[in-house]
Amino acid sequence: MPTITYAEAIKQALVEEMRRDPSVILYGEDVANFGGIFRITAGLKDMFGDERVFDTPISENALVGGGVGAALTGLRPIVELQFADFLFTAGDEVVLKAGMWRYGHGGAYRIPLVVRCPSGATATGPEHGQCPEAFFMHAPGLKIVSPSNPADAKGLLKSAIRDDNPVLYFEHKLLYATRGEVPEGEDFMVPLGKASIAREGDDLTLVAISAMVPKALKVAERLAGEGHSVEVIDPRSLVPFDRETIIESVKKTGKIVVAEESYKTLGVGAEIGAMLMENALEYLDRPLRRVAIPDVPIPTAAVLEAFVIPNEEKIYQACRELLS
Amino acid sequence: MALERDKHVAQHALLTLDEAQLLAMYRKMSLIRRFEEKSAEMYTRGKITGFCHLYAGEEAVAVGAIEALYDKDYVVSTYREHGHCLAKGADPRAVMAELFGKATGISHGRGGSMHLFDPDIRFMGGYAIVGGGLPLAVGLGLSIAYKEEPEVACCFFGDGALPQGAFHESLNLASLWKLPVIFICENNFYGMGTLVQNAICQEELYRFAEPYKMPGVRVDGMDVLDVYRAVTEAAARAREGDGPSLIEAVTYRFRGHSMSDPVEYRSKREERIWQERDPIKNLRRRLLAEKRVSEARLDQIDAEVGAVIDDAVKFADESPEPPLEELAKNVYVE
Ligand SMILES: Cc1ncc(C[n+]2csc(CCOP(=O)(O)OP(=O)(O)O)c2C)c(N)n1
Ligand SMILES: [Mg+2]
Repeated sequence: MPTITYAEAIKQALVEEMRRDPSVILYGEDVANFGGIFRITAGLKDMFGDERVFDTPISENALVGGGVGAALTGLRPIVELQFADFLFTAGDEVVLKAGMWRYGHGGAYRIPLVVRCPSGATATGPEHGQCPEAFFMHAPGLKIVSPSNPADAKGLLKSAIRDDNPVLYFEHKLLYATRGEVPEGEDFMVPLGKASIAREGDDLTLVAISAMVPKALKVAERLAGEGHSVEVIDPRSLVPFDRETIIESVKKTGKIVVAEESYKTLGVGAEIGAMLMENALEYLDRPLRRVAIPDVPIPTAAVLEAFVIPNEEKIYQACRELLS
Repeated sequence: MALERDKHVAQHALLTLDEAQLLAMYRKMSLIRRFEEKSAEMYTRGKITGFCHLYAGEEAVAVGAIEALYDKDYVVSTYREHGHCLAKGADPRAVMAELFGKATGISHGRGGSMHLFDPDIRFMGGYAIVGGGLPLAVGLGLSIAYKEEPEVACCFFGDGALPQGAFHESLNLASLWKLPVIFICENNFYGMGTLVQNAICQEELYRFAEPYKMPGVRVDGMDVLDVYRAVTEAAARAREGDGPSLIEAVTYRFRGHSMSDPVEYRSKREERIWQERDPIKNLRRRLLAEKRVSEARLDQIDAEVGAVIDDAVKFADESPEPPLEELAKNVYVE
């Protein structure tokens, strides 16, 4: 299996799906001539022509709303936002339109739209560095995926493009350069709504999202050295959410830590906690621990940013606390 | 075109301004240029991280406009706002320290290069969402009108903001309510790598004034006096209660969009043509040609400015990091 980067994996998925289905189009700010702000779409215009890959003005509302309109009428648009944070700029189109149009119109339509959202803090401050998945998990009608490695990046994006529902696809900026084995070929897909067990273990369940997964795996390794067996679960898709895998794991371990790059209040961990209260309280022998961003806007200064974004040490400490 | 017609008026401005004003403009432009050059250097040396969008080449717009305002007038800007912030009178030390992410920074290290802010000088903020400043300027205008104050709100934004809904909503509201707002579009031909004509159906950006029933002019954004003249008129109008204006300042950024932009989308030839129109050299040439000031005086200003910026860098470098204990300070009013 070839080893490629997360960025290359995303591009591979785009290329394969655009080859496969002529109704897939891709647009966004600087995606065609410049090749995308993170260079994910470099070369795609030459490959597919400027009818299918094109630049747009800075108009997030019209980009996402236009995507909904095009999706209603048979296209499969992929809209690239330069930063996930701009979902807020396009709030009406994302939440009220992409998420609710089908339902509000009696199910008459399908909205096979993908919005690609580069996420994650890179010293760029409060509105260029968020992982805003949790905001949109609250909104009905949207599917949400956050791959943590190249294979999932590819497989989930292909599934997202083929899905008949609007999908917010969060690609973490700090993962773009990470490498991993990625299956070749059109048929490789990763289903939405299926978690992966990134590492098996019996003593503690560590749920990690997106860029937290590589950190969680290192923590698990470190704890293994101390005699603890940690199971690392990567939900991969947040909506639909694979509750079963987490419940099954907790039945075994009785302890759970959630590591995420969302704000703590009503973050992914909060939802997991509530879900466990409803479904698996009797299996928990320690309280759930959340490692997340304290409820402050992400500060720009490097020291402050490093302090608020969960790191290995913080994840480790949370696990230690439950294991002691 | 408005540009040519008004050129002689700008020449006239050179005659009517006194030496102190002309030198103040020269000094500010020189200060901004030096600040930006140092920022680039510090970015390359890893002292500044994250985004850093430089204003070199566009100095005449910020300086010409802000010199035409009073200290109490408000200024709103974008993420390319080092120049506006300095022109409004911010302390270069505090601005540089912000870029360095230090506790002594103008936004205490919370905002960085894209979020400069200083209420004391009524610099109401850089902001990193394209088009995001315009609605804010409407609110400032509303507040001024409500309190029946004599100020104006001056809002800078790029050509890239015009396709945003926020631009259109803001111009409409400001016009509908006759608010004292001056909208200044810095048309530097590109929004990141995208040319204006690939982003906006009406390339003559000042014409967007017409449907919103306000005066619209295009000025030479490489000519500080041309900008000064247009903003003086717009400010007088706003203060009279006659409402907003739209000014399109045609300019050019000498560097890439940000420090991480390889600038592959434009030609070296194009860059050279615009570099020949360098707004600082331009003013210098004219001041000397008209014998308004000696070369030695201008050199002295450049040297003084250089020292100010060196001091700012030193200050930023030696300043402490923001204390972690204060992380949550200012999320809410206590
Ligand atoms: C809502 C939003 N969309 C996209 C961006 C990313 N972005 C930052 S600057 C920029 C180009 C803006 O160009 P322009 O307004 O012409 O200003 P200039 O950089 O030329 O000064 C883009 C696309 C953003 N910051 N905000
Ligand atoms: Mg521009």
